[in-house]
Order: sequence, then C-alpha cells, then structure tokens
Amino acid sequence: MEKTLEVKDLHVAFSTYGGEIKAVRGVSFDLYKGETLAIVGESGCGKSVTSQSIMRLIPSPPGKITNGSVLFKGRDLTKVKESEMRELRGADISMIFQDPMTALNPTITVGEQIIEAIIQHEGISRKNAKEQALDMLKLVGIPNPKERLKHYPHQFSGGMRQRIMIAMALVCEPEVLIADEPTTALDVTIQAQILDLFKEIQVKTGVSIILITHDLGVVAQVADRVAVMYAGKIVEAGTRREIFYSPQHPYTKGLLNSVPRLDLEDDELIPIMGSPPDLFAPPAGCPFTARCEHAMEVCSRAYPFQTRLTEEHHVECWLQDERAKALLAR
Amino acid sequence: MAKYILKRLIAMVITLWFIITLTFFLMHSIPGSPFNEERATSEAVQENLEKFYQLDQPLIVQYGNYLKSVVTFDFGPSIKKSSQTVNEMLGRGFPISFELGIITLIVAVISGITLGVIAALRHNGFIDYLAMTIAVLGISIPNFVLATMLIQQLAVNFPIFPVATWSSTMHMVLPTFALATGPMAIIARLTRSSMLEVLTQDYIRTAKAKGLSPVKIIFKHALRNALLPVVTILGSLAASILTGTFVIEKIFAIPGMGKYFVESINQRDYPVIMGTTVFYSSILIIMLFLVDIAYGILDPRIKLHKKEGI
Repeated sequence: MEKTLEVKDLHVAFSTYGGEIKAVRGVSFDLYKGETLAIVGESGCGKSVTSQSIMRLIPSPPGKITNGSVLFKGRDLTKVKESEMRELRGADISMIFQDPMTALNPTITVGEQIIEAIIQHEGISRKNAKEQALDMLKLVGIPNPKERLKHYPHQFSGGMRQRIMIAMALVCEPEVLIADEPTTALDVTIQAQILDLFKEIQVKTGVSIILITHDLGVVAQVADRVAVMYAGKIVEAGTRREIFYSPQHPYTKGLLNSVPRLDLEDDELIPIMGSPPDLFAPPAGCPFTARCEHAMEVCSRAYPFQTRLTEEHHVECWLQDERAKALLAR
Repeated sequence: MAKYILKRLIAMVITLWFIITLTFFLMHSIPGSPFNEERATSEAVQENLEKFYQLDQPLIVQYGNYLKSVVTFDFGPSIKKSSQTVNEMLGRGFPISFELGIITLIVAVISGITLGVIAALRHNGFIDYLAMTIAVLGISIPNFVLATMLIQQLAVNFPIFPVATWSSTMHMVLPTFALATGPMAIIARLTRSSMLEVLTQDYIRTAKAKGLSPVKIIFKHALRNALLPVVTILGSLAASILTGTFVIEKIFAIPGMGKYFVESINQRDYPVIMGTTVFYSSILIIMLFLVDIAYGILDPRIKLHKKEGI
C-alpha cells in the first residue's frame, strides 16, 4: 500500500520550570493512503502531542521536536521552513480539534472562516471560494447551507459546529486529516453521525485519517489500524481485528477490559490500577511495569524490543521474549 | 435595533434628570449664595439681586423653572459674569475642550493598543518589559505632575514646544501628551493581557492549522476578540479624560470649558454650575451609549435586541 505519511522515531519534549517533560519518546508509524489509523491511549500518553507535532502546532517554546522525522511527499516536515509548513497546513494536512465550541472564532461568521482557508491556499476569487464553501457545507450535511454561511458559531449546536470544523478542514482537499478527539465533546447520537460522516467523506475523497481518541468504541467503528500509546511510546499496533481479538500487550488488554460491555452477562469492569509514570524522569525499563500484573525483573531494567507478530501487528513487551514464553509455558 | 436605541434614549433622559435634580439640590445645600462675599453689600441690594435671579422664590419653584429652561436647552445667564449666558460660555469653551478630548482619546487608543499588542507578541521579552514599565509609569504619574514636568523640560529647558495656550498644532502636543498618557497606559495593559489570553484560545490554533499567516491570525482572529474588553472601558476612560481636561486646561491656560466649571463652583455661580454639569453628564452618557452600540457590533454574541427564530 502507498504510504502517505511516515513518522519515524519522533521525540517531543516540553521544557518547564520543573525540568524537561518527555511527552513523546520515539514514536514511529506509517499512514497509508485512504485508511483510518486510530491512536489510542489514556490522557497524557502523548497522542495529542504526536498529532500536533506532525503539523508543527505545538507551542514552541516550551515544546520542541528533539529528534525524529515526519516524512510527507518526500519532505521531512520537522525540517522544512515555517513558510513551507504554512502552505501545507490546511491544504495538504488538516486538523480537527476536540471541542467545537471553542475551536471556531466566535466573532467571525462560519462562512468567512471556511472561505479564508480556501482563499489562503487556492488563490481563487471570493465568489468562487464561497461556492466551494457552500458545496462543502452540503457535503457535511448542514441544512440550508446558503443561510448558514452567514451565521456565527454560537448559532450552531455542538454537532453542527463539528460538521463545520470538518468542512473547514476538508475544503482544500487535504491528503491527511488529523482528528484529535473529534467526538469526545459530543453526545453519543451525534458522535455516531459524525463518525458516519468521516467514513462517507473518506470514501468520497480518499483522505487518510489519523484519529486520536481514548474511546475504544469509536476505534471499533471506524479504524482500519490501531496504535496503542502509553507514556510517549507506541506499545502495540496492528489492524483493528488484531488489536481487538488478539491483544498482546498487558496495557492493551487492560484497556479492552475496562470498556463497559453490554453483550456480556457477568459485566464487571476491570480498571487498570495505578497511574502512568512521571514523564519528567521516565523509567529506564517498560513504563507500564508498575501497573502490570505480569511484571518481571527485566521489565524495570530495560525497555523491551519490538516483536513483529504479523505484517502489521507489533508489540513492545518482554512477555514476547522466548525466555518469558518458556517460563509461562512451564 | 431601533427599539433598543429608543429604550436607551428614554433611559438616558431619566439618568440626566436624576443628575440635574441631585446637582441642583446639592448645589443649593452648600451654605452661602453667589452674593455674600467678603465685600459686604447692603441688604436692599442683595434682596434686589436675589429677586432679579429669582433666588428669593422657594427652592421647589426654582427647581421647576430650571427644568423648564433645560428642556428648551436654555441654561440661563451667568450670575457672576452678567454679560454672558451659560450657552455662550459653553459655545466658546466646548469646541476647544472637545478638540483636546478627542485628540487625546485617539492618541491614547491608537498608542495604547499598539503598545499592548507589541508587548503581547513579544511576551516576556525586552519590548514587553519596556512597554509595561512605560505603562506602569503612565498609570502612576498623575497628569498634573506629568504636565508640569513636560513644561519644565520641553518648554523651558529645551524650548521645543510653547509653554501654554491653545492656538497651533505645536501648542497641542504637550497637553495632549500629558492627558493621554494615563488612559494610554490603561489601554496598553488591558490590551496586552487580553491579547495574551486570546492567543492561547483554541480558535487561534484552528486558524494556525488552516495555514493562515501570523499577520492574518493576529489582526483578523486575535485582535478583534482581544479588543472587546478594551471597548468596554472606553466609556469610563472617556470620563477620566473629560475630568482630566479641567486640570490640564488650567495648567496650560487653555480656554476650554474646564475653566468655567471650576470657577463657577468657587463662586457659587448656580446657572454655570448646572449648565456645565448637565453638559458634561450628557457627553458621558452619550459616550457610554456609543460604547454599548459598538460592543454589539464587535461581538455578535451580544444581542442588543431580541431576534426571532433560531
């Protein structure tokens, strides 16, 4: 499959008064054309930082990409000039944010907010840009779009605002869409509508989507592949089927166990005990050691190697080591 | 909109009526009258004078008469300067005071916003500290101190500008500067903090994610939202500039309204006190009204009127 985006060994750190927070510690993944890759993990695991680093949107200072590369169309986005990056933002790579209530400018009409993106990147006349914005609003299912262009964000409901965000992000036909918790702030029925919209648009435009979420229900609905992040690292990745039906990392298993399920009789949630490690001084070994029921001595000493199980499925855990397997078999 | 404006106009008239009533009775409760000074006049003369200015009538009647004349925009004759009416005084003084006030307001707003925006964009940098130091100085130094310092340095020691009076552009520089510094400093500080807050908002990140240039992000997306709180205080700033003009006019010997206002109180020149107070109050009330209208235009979330639908 054709790769649209390649992230290699990305490191991002934030310098604060208390020291340096290593928020992303060597993240690598590929994004294929037309697929949806979900990045899941709990709060503070570095998933949003990863996505914002791709577009170089992390506030700098204090944030800084300390190592690694983001390859897009043969260019390393961590190295291109800011002006080149500006041309890419919104045109080739777009982003949708978590809270549609605050992500739109309250004093500018939504029409203008969409139109300005078109004019910025395509250099067409205002009239043509307006036509394009109108088509886009129709595509994302805003009723009465002509009137709605003239309205301000506060005149829309949460779901409608997120549709407008999507319209704004897709209006220049980007190749990559990064959606950072796009449905978290919405209620469940609206959530389903928005997810359907993503699928529909992907079929129509062939856009590749990186979906950042902590909600495994959302992942199950739309993702082709899943990357599980923990403490700034991708601990396991694979196709949706592989992650849901044969999770290998204890953290992935823990995540799946802590999702409420209506289809099981004896429905008891099993939370993951403890909390993630302090990223001021990340542990030398596996960061999940303190919370892991299978923790071994080696886990706190050294970080595990990556074990590749199938073409897509790989995991970073000492349990995959032959010696550990032998121990378990005994 | 029309309904809102009408409502506000009615409210403005009521406010003005309160001010007139309060000032009228306060003024008359001050002991003494325009005619008892050190130089004693005979009883008969005083009685005649009081009769002439209708000061012998019961207070409530005088009040009624005054209201009647105010409605016809006639503020009556001055008691102390018997050859002039209050209307004439206002007509002569107001254009000059207005000129000083407006120039000051424009200078304060433009320089204050510029200073604030630059400080916010260079947050915690040298320019930020410099701008905020200037702002703190501007707030702390009273305008009459600044005015005398300016005259001392820029008119006496280095005679670049004229010392006083109001006749050419060069004459305007020092009084405007002295009067504008305080409001400018307040606007600069407010703009800076407001701008810093707006720049961390999600919609600024959205604008950045759209690939807009920093110039567009700052001027189109940030500034407008950052200026909302600044517009709110413009009304009260206009008031402080207005009161500031009394002092500055006195220091620079500018023949504006302030002179009449201060003199009239000292001399208990009733019609002039009333006339200037009513006039100043009207200007202030109108300023506040304009600020509210501007606020509604700048921020679409604020509805000045009930709208059907949606």
